[in-house]
Amino acid sequence: MLIPCPWCGDRDDIEFSYGGASEVAYPKDPEAADDATWARFLFFRPNPKGRMPERWLHTAGCRRWFSLVRDTVTHEITPSTRGDGGT
Amino acid sequence: MNEPHSHPDHLWRNPETKRSYDVVIVGAGGHGLATAYYLATNHGITNVAVLERAWLAGGNMARNTTVIRSNYLWDESAAIYEHSLKLWEGLSQELDYDLLFSQRGVLGLAHSLGNMREGRRQVNANRLNGIDAEWLSAEEVKAFCPIVNISPDVRYPVIGGTLQRRGGIAKHDYVAWAFARKADAMGVDLIQNCEVTGFDLVGDRVVGVQTNQGRIAANKVALCAAGHSTILASMVGLDLPIQSYPLQALVSELLEPVLNCVVMSNAVHVYVSQAHKGELVMGAGMDAYNSYAQRGSPHVIEYQLAAALELFPIFARAHVLRTWAGIVDASPDASPILGLTPIENLFVNCGWGTGGFKATPAAGWVYAHTIAHGRPHELNAPFSLERFSTGALIDEHGAAAVAH
Repeated sequence: MLIPCPWCGDRDDIEFSYGGASEVAYPKDPEAADDATWARFLFFRPNPKGRMPERWLHTAGCRRWFSLVRDTVTHEITPSTRGDGGT
Repeated sequence: MNEPHSHPDHLWRNPETKRSYDVVIVGAGGHGLATAYYLATNHGITNVAVLERAWLAGGNMARNTTVIRSNYLWDESAAIYEHSLKLWEGLSQELDYDLLFSQRGVLGLAHSLGNMREGRRQVNANRLNGIDAEWLSAEEVKAFCPIVNISPDVRYPVIGGTLQRRGGIAKHDYVAWAFARKADAMGVDLIQNCEVTGFDLVGDRVVGVQTNQGRIAANKVALCAAGHSTILASMVGLDLPIQSYPLQALVSELLEPVLNCVVMSNAVHVYVSQAHKGELVMGAGMDAYNSYAQRGSPHVIEYQLAAALELFPIFARAHVLRTWAGIVDASPDASPILGLTPIENLFVNCGWGTGGFKATPAAGWVYAHTIAHGRPHELNAPFSLERFSTGALIDEHGAAAVAH
């Protein structure tokens, strides 16, 4: 699988570490969060069959995090974002 | 009992789908078929359909590496896996089908001080739970499995290992077919090419499923879909803490008998046995990313084979014949989720991750009990969905063979 690092270009997936689903929000009011809310934050993640927004780290390259959308059936990747406004 | 390799003439019917059933099981893998069998034998419930979107036992049941053992660390896991191993020990006779169940021993190699301490702790924990377990020195490992390289001049020398002599392998297809044949004979309908596309609810109670063959009413619905569990559960708005990953395995060409036991090494990451037919069966690692593609990255295989060659230099000339992947349902604590759901009469069995095959009979046994009585069996009570809120996790990342 070739992963397009927004800084380094297409690289083999062995260079990357997986960060799992993106857009996982920390509980807004952690002091008030009950056990069920913490369980959701800690243990429950999207697991779609299809397009999945996710985080990757270019561990063996520029060592920077970025987001992309990957299809979990075809492994097709749509444009990644640098997270700093660039693409 | 049938002679080895003599297959029954008849396995199961291809029945017409009825409009309603007492129990509908979604997924005709090993666990679904075992559940149907034990519903019939242990609980007298035979008005049961097992729905399968493709062909029977064609998912992870056809893709696993068939290792059977019960040497898990925690009491809860030890109890359910040991129940499974005891069922395995009588299963060929009970199902009247030679499952090629071979208790040839499972070695778990240690390559570091940390490994050794963990292994010894596991052996002691197993013994306290009445499970056979031994600690072997490197020389004893070599005596038990002569082709293991215990030279100190390798990157990760073998310094000892755990041994469960009652562990071993079985022929995965036969296991599925044997459960299917017996369940069918008792009146269970095994329905292939029947994909569940939705669930019928009345309030918070499930009353049936929608399929590509129409609606099927059911008093109880039992999910048994491994890597596709979250897809099914999402159809009723039920979230499961499951992530689906590809887990790869491979086989060599057929070889003369060369490996007499199952060898696992968590540290260098190889697990290998030799099937009855002669091929070396090796499990590789899990790919790090979520996927439903039933294929993984080549570098995982490369890493796996490098580890295998260091342990077994004799394999250097063997060829990889075939590689594949199954989609495993990984839970946060590497333990299964087996029990009730917030939706009445909807049950869930998933999260077995990389180790579901060995649990096939016990999973079916306790799941059937849970479905029949509407409450968990004592063996699966700790494996509830609620444990992620209560914090009563059963952390088996150490005993699971594959790093999660």
